[in-house]
Amino acid sequence: MKYRSVFDIIGPVMVGPSSSHTAGAVRIGRLSRALFGRKPSHIRLHFYGSFAKTFKGHATDVAALAGVLGLEMDDPRIPQAVDLAQEEGIIVEYIAQEAVPPHPNTLMVELWDEQGRMNATGQSLGGGLVQITQVDGFNLGLSGESPALLIFHKDAYGTIASMTQLLAHARININHMEVSRKDKGKTALMVIETDELVEPAVIDRMNAQENVYKIIKLEL
Amino acid sequence: MFKNISELTQQATGQGIAKVMIDNEIEVTGRSREDIIAIMARQYLVMKTSVKQGLLGVRSRSGLCGGDAKLMDDYIKQGPKLTDTCFIRAISYAVSVNEVNASMGIVCASPTAGSCGVLPGVLVAAQEKLNKSDEEMTMALFTAGAIGYVIANNAFVSGAQGGCQAEIGSAAAMAAAAVTELAGGSPQQAAHAAAMALKNMLGLPCDPLAGLVEVPCIKRNAGGAANALAAAEMALAGVESRIPCDEVIQAMYQIGLEMSPTLKETAQGGLAATPTGIEWKKMLWNND
Repeated sequence: MKYRSVFDIIGPVMVGPSSSHTAGAVRIGRLSRALFGRKPSHIRLHFYGSFAKTFKGHATDVAALAGVLGLEMDDPRIPQAVDLAQEEGIIVEYIAQEAVPPHPNTLMVELWDEQGRMNATGQSLGGGLVQITQVDGFNLGLSGESPALLIFHKDAYGTIASMTQLLAHARININHMEVSRKDKGKTALMVIETDELVEPAVIDRMNAQENVYKIIKLEL
Repeated sequence: MFKNISELTQQATGQGIAKVMIDNEIEVTGRSREDIIAIMARQYLVMKTSVKQGLLGVRSRSGLCGGDAKLMDDYIKQGPKLTDTCFIRAISYAVSVNEVNASMGIVCASPTAGSCGVLPGVLVAAQEKLNKSDEEMTMALFTAGAIGYVIANNAFVSGAQGGCQAEIGSAAAMAAAAVTELAGGSPQQAAHAAAMALKNMLGLPCDPLAGLVEVPCIKRNAGGAANALAAAEMALAGVESRIPCDEVIQAMYQIGLEMSPTLKETAQGGLAATPTGIEWKKMLWNND
């Protein structure tokens, strides 16, 4: 079932005008910000497909920016997102891309500051539901509906087992999991969506494991 | 759990569709019954607030739309009209909520923002006409949600995927079923109402001027509301849809797949491609 909850249908409560172009864009922006983990100094928003054609009219630009600033989709300040970004001294760029994406409503969010940079691609599936399909070049399918861990690790045997074992010890239930890699034996990305929030102490133990480079904790 | 309308109506016999939807929500999300009902009550409150807000007269940023709900409201106040007040209110409220949406106000998507006027339009007008409590209206939203849940999981509810038939067509089907049960109809009658409402909107393209959720979306919400009431009245009279609701949903899905991309929210066909549509597009994009 693509839609699990009745509130995917009767909802979300949101700032208009479009659930896929406005509310969905806020969510992709928020998820990108959560994955980045801090306030960026630069935001570059790339619009693809239908988003590229109509982003101004649906306020997709304003909505995505509002999301990156951390606003919820029903926040009445969304129309003022451009001013809010300016007040915070954040530099924002908007780019309409020509490339044809797999999904018509696709947005790539590039965020950076002096400490580092990250890019995430999201698809707006309709009704305000979204999916993050790519983070820093790794393919994934993250809904943002549950807490998740994004574990960047060396593509080596035993890593997946050690991560799931630590979660099992902490009595954390995994509801979805996937692994993506660019090349055999290089860096891989493990995405684990959980029913419960994962305690910082557990994440510390996971981080201490051999072959683990970086863990991003996603909670919304 | 239910996968289609036929399973839904079977399970709802004797207890109503809303209750089956609530039980499903408890099972899927693990939330308590009280929490689930409280969230839905809040969605209805948002709907009522947006109805009121639009009647005051709001305008969109593009200048393409706004103020029509207020015109309709003034018109209602002038005295007896061609049709029943409940009917005129349903269409004026539908316009109202969608004008609020176009002006970047707060709405409850149902199932989407582009179609967010149909359900509040029909339900708030019906509440006033039938003197129903907010609690009863909250249950009606679960009934509407159940129909939308089946359509969304078996077909689509976004204009970008299936055209306006998927969006306002689904909203009309949801509203028709909800108001049929609200007025005392059986789950089977509600399903027939949904089927008839959706049948009447099959093939409808998503062809908004300049890609904005304004023209023709706002007035189509009024059309969706009127269509929902027509379908509900037929179902309550005992009229049945010759094609079962699940098959109508499948037909809608197939039509959506066969529809040209120019007619799916890309602002390249239909009304968007008329001389006036093209003129607006040029004017709005160049001014930006």
